[in-house]
Amino acid sequence: MPRNSSFPITIEQISKRYGRVFALDHVDLHIKSGEFLTLLGPSGSGKTTLLTVLAGFTRPDSGSLKFGDTEMVCVAPHKRDVGMVFQNYALFPHMSVGANVGFPLRLRGVSKREITDRSERALEMVRLGGYAARGVETLSGGQRQRVALARAMVFEPRIMLMDEPLSALDKQLREHMQIELRQLHDKLGMTTVYVTHDQREALTMSDRIAVINAGRIMQLDTPRAIYERPRNRFVAEFIGESSFLQVQVAGGRVRLGNQTLRTAGAAPSDGPMLLMLRPERLRVLGAQDAGQAQDATLNLLEATLVATVYQGDSSLMQLALPDGSTLSVRGLSGATAAATQALPGARLQLALKVEDTVLIAAEGAA
Amino acid sequence: MKDPANALALRRSARWERLGLLGLVAPALLLITLTMLLPVGWLFYLSVLSDAGDWSLEHYRRMWEQPSYGRTFLATFEVSALTTAICILLGYPLAYFLSEIPKRAANLCMIAVLLPLWTSLLVRTYAWLVLLQRRGLINSWGIELGLWDEPLALVHNLAGTLIGMVHVMLPFLVLPLYSAMRAIDRNYLRAAANLGASPLRSFWLVFFPLAMPGLATGALIVFILCLGFYVTPAVLGGGKVIMVSSRIASDIEIFFNWGAASALGVVLLALTAALIVAASRLVRIDGVVGRHEAP
Repeated sequence: MPRNSSFPITIEQISKRYGRVFALDHVDLHIKSGEFLTLLGPSGSGKTTLLTVLAGFTRPDSGSLKFGDTEMVCVAPHKRDVGMVFQNYALFPHMSVGANVGFPLRLRGVSKREITDRSERALEMVRLGGYAARGVETLSGGQRQRVALARAMVFEPRIMLMDEPLSALDKQLREHMQIELRQLHDKLGMTTVYVTHDQREALTMSDRIAVINAGRIMQLDTPRAIYERPRNRFVAEFIGESSFLQVQVAGGRVRLGNQTLRTAGAAPSDGPMLLMLRPERLRVLGAQDAGQAQDATLNLLEATLVATVYQGDSSLMQLALPDGSTLSVRGLSGATAAATQALPGARLQLALKVEDTVLIAAEGAA
Repeated sequence: MKDPANALALRRSARWERLGLLGLVAPALLLITLTMLLPVGWLFYLSVLSDAGDWSLEHYRRMWEQPSYGRTFLATFEVSALTTAICILLGYPLAYFLSEIPKRAANLCMIAVLLPLWTSLLVRTYAWLVLLQRRGLINSWGIELGLWDEPLALVHNLAGTLIGMVHVMLPFLVLPLYSAMRAIDRNYLRAAANLGASPLRSFWLVFFPLAMPGLATGALIVFILCLGFYVTPAVLGGGKVIMVSSRIASDIEIFFNWGAASALGVVLLALTAALIVAASRLVRIDGVVGRHEAP
């Protein structure tokens, strides 16, 4: 079943309006051949609309959609030859597992014998060999999900679309399937567009993530870049936890209150900016860290402890800066025991590495 | 041996709960016994009595021996089958249309579909007579507009009977069919299209089979109701369409032969029951003789 040829997808200026609201607002997106790209966004952001545009269920108002070099935007869904896994699987309840998986082959006029063979092979790929005769209703959620996957890939589509395929599974199975889906993608190499609202899922599985909000792509990047270098406040807030502090940039110097911060890379242009702080990238300095005060790779902040929340594997500390703004620090509950046992009201020194000192534009959407 | 804590009391409370449930159905059960089981039993009893009042199968024997009875049953099934077929042809597209439009609009349209049921059957039937007769509205308009020259025989025959019966029966087909179609997750059709099915094939391979229980239910209800239909064939058939019900009526009204009428009723009941069993073997039928499975 592996094949080398898969298609790139080119989306240009695709728009779709429902009434006055843009579900998709002039979206441009190029998905590379064989790439695993995730559309990540809150519900109502337009990510599913974009996926249904790719599948052909939603007609955009304008724009261009190309698979390879072929314009597809007006092509009917059944002529697009893309596989799709639906959120609730959409397995035909009146057909057996085998008939479901064989359905796309039957439509393509494949001989009965070959349908049986290829369906069985597809089922084996999702580790459900021997299930062909079973009724769909006898399967568990995870098994149904695999059958849907087998059905979507049995006709060897060059593009695979997945609409929150794991959202109905429990946490353990979901994490297991994330890895399995990714391995299957690597084996088959088809261009995959994956929709989810689960940031961890997106970070785990994707080559690149397109963060979508209000019908627009807020950032398109690798998972690491999305997490560590968010381009705007929406992305920073949507992915991971973060606190924001107001800073002023003037003459290449970044000032937080009356303190100058060290930053990596070129200084941004003058004006107000936000300093994004990930709770786990801040470290509470203890007495043994006294020498680090002069370390040029660190920025130091002074803050007052407000409260500590024990969360099992880690503890989350709420701190307040002298100017009243708040931030959170996550520490391993064991390793930073000394710091996490500090009482509310204690003054703590926090260290932030220069490369984790991320500035983003002060106004969300910019 | 001492009873474990409260086990007896708990068992008693469970029993009372069951009895309470039984109490809820008791009035309906009583009503059905009085109005259905007793008369049907009485019917059956009458049918196996001879005119002289002895045990006898003479009514059944006569039915077997006289070919006119066989013709009556055949005609009954024929008219019922035709009515059902026409109802399906008219009702399927209608139900499909209703299931595709927004729910609010569909509910409004549904009121229109059900409206005929709010009027008396007799009134509706005579209204058709007015419309369909030789000098009725349809014929006079058709001739005036030059569509046809001679009055068409639209009533007092099979055509008139079918028009009237289809009109009465259509809601009984559309209602279960519509609800079955409404319940079909449109993602199945999207999935079919995505897997390569043209709209026509996705209809035949996915939509039609999924709507089948609703269609079978509606068709069965219509067919069974048609089998026992009396008023419409009697008024619009003009004596040319003799159905079992008309025969029963004439046996009683003209010949005062309760035994013969009862035997006809029993045979019709038996045939209907056999039909339901056969139909439920062939397809899953929603709600009528339900073998309900969890989705």
